[in-house]
Amino acid sequence: GEGSGSVPGDRTGPPAPERVLFPPTFSVSEIKNKQRRHFMFLRWKQQQRKEKLALKKKRRKEREALGDKAPPKAIPKTIENQRVYDETTVDPNDEEVAFDEATDEFAPYFNKQTVPKILITTSDRPRGRTVRFCEQLATVIPNSHVYYRRGLALKRIIPQCIARDFTDLIVINEDRKIPNGLVLSHLPDGPTAHFRMSSVRLRKEIKRKGKEPTEHIPEVILNNFTTRLGHSIGRMFAALFPHNPQFIGRQVATFHNQRDYIFFRFHRYIFKSEKKVGIQELGPRFTLKLRSLQKGTFDSKFGEYEWIHKRREMDTVRRKFHL
Amino acid sequence: SPQVVWSMLGNRQFCSYKMTTKTQNFCRNEYNLTGLCNRSSCPLANSQYATVREEKGRCYLYMKTIERAAFPRRLWERVLLSKNYEKALEEIDENLIYWPRFIRHKCKQRFTKITQYLIRIRKLTLKRQRKLVPLRRKIERRENRREEKALIAAQLDNAIEKELLERLKQDTYGDIYNFPIHAFDKALQQQEAESESESDAEREEDDDDDEDVDKREFVEAEDSELSDFEDMDKLETSSEEEQEEEEEVEKKTSKWKGKMPLKGPARRKRPYIEIEYEEETEPSTKTKAA
Repeated sequence: GEGSGSVPGDRTGPPAPERVLFPPTFSVSEIKNKQRRHFMFLRWKQQQRKEKLALKKKRRKEREALGDKAPPKAIPKTIENQRVYDETTVDPNDEEVAFDEATDEFAPYFNKQTVPKILITTSDRPRGRTVRFCEQLATVIPNSHVYYRRGLALKRIIPQCIARDFTDLIVINEDRKIPNGLVLSHLPDGPTAHFRMSSVRLRKEIKRKGKEPTEHIPEVILNNFTTRLGHSIGRMFAALFPHNPQFIGRQVATFHNQRDYIFFRFHRYIFKSEKKVGIQELGPRFTLKLRSLQKGTFDSKFGEYEWIHKRREMDTVRRKFHL
Repeated sequence: SPQVVWSMLGNRQFCSYKMTTKTQNFCRNEYNLTGLCNRSSCPLANSQYATVREEKGRCYLYMKTIERAAFPRRLWERVLLSKNYEKALEEIDENLIYWPRFIRHKCKQRFTKITQYLIRIRKLTLKRQRKLVPLRRKIERRENRREEKALIAAQLDNAIEKELLERLKQDTYGDIYNFPIHAFDKALQQQEAESESESDAEREEDDDDDEDVDKREFVEAEDSELSDFEDMDKLETSSEEEQEEEEEVEKKTSKWKGKMPLKGPARRKRPYIEIEYEEETEPSTKTKAA
């Protein structure tokens, strides 16, 4: 019989038979001998695979046999397909949302009354990697300036920035010589978003990259910001760039939201024909994950939080996303 | 007696409070006045000893005398020093009156050092504090994995390319890019409302023109395809079947439209006769595309 006794140490011996007969109460995990157990398990696995293949073949034959009458192919389930419906998803025609957006803190930007001016800084004592990242970020975002922190308190920097007409403040937080956090604050009293930053790649670490980004104003692509929260974050990002992209420069900055991770990329594109475009990555890349959104400017103690990521409540369902 | 203690612990045998380094010996005893392991600053080897220690921001003077050597519990006497620096120094002096100069001096030095660092602590707490947030390893790993999967699901290059093509279609770039086929298609769409026959006639004429020229091409370029080879024979033989062949040739031209550019350089590698025709055909292909 094909019970456990037939197998000792004999790998090159008889190959797995077509139909393996086991007594009904037998289970592979009951064999005490590890070698034998392993062997039996492999055989069991092979059998399972065979059965699965046979099933697939049968299904395919059936589908071909039916021809036109075959039911349409099933769409595979992805996490994006199965996403838990979020009530705050923005409907493009929603008037309330449109009204809100016309009157929120970004209205002056979107009405073209203000020109963005960005201040980029770091936490205390930045290391070389962070410093280089800040410089590269400054080349990517037009009209931005990098200043060293030197132990200054943010609460005191902010009024000075407002006095000098800065519209946005970016603080890159560093830990163990790599940047790992980003605080983006819209200045005249605007919302403050705190992100966790990961996979930062500097320009020299990107493979097949192009030359340096030029001074042209890039275009902006914002993908997949569907909910109210996503919308406001998207507007924050859009407010970093001036309104008039210079198409001659052929540069595009992309913020792509996927499953609550925002991927930032900076490319140069060229249209090879009307149906084909080639893109070449320049510039740094990083991913952000939103941790909190505060209503006023940066204030960790007394600020009013619009949204905080609460791990126990929000991370319970794998298919639920907030942006 | 203290001499014996010192000769045992200090020099020869083992003292658990003693820490030796290359250049110096330190004493880890909490009641030690200077922190070094010396005959004069060992609290075990001196029966009369005093220290200054601080607890929760307040400084105390600890004293040990021979009379209490037999009572370990009451050995160290503790005196709270005042918060005022000068007053505290006076208190040390009056408590340690008639004590050896060394101990008095060292106590006051120690007290000064302690007050200085307490002041520094108070100043630093007023400035910005760095808050250390512990990372949770499981959560970090989970987030990294999810980020990788999101990256794969995002298909960024495709998404960006799609978006750019969308923008091109919707004319956000204005007149910068002129793609002839694009313009041709647009023109076609506009003319669709007008007479279809006109445009068809135009197209046919174009095809016919190219056909005449292409016919010559077929004679050479047929080497690779047997099907066309057969047609070539037919072409050579009968002229009555020209119409049929024209249709076939039309189809072939439509086929060749795609293939010609690919075959261009390949054709050039082939010998002789082609060279003559290249000059005639190349412009035609260009005009066609335009």
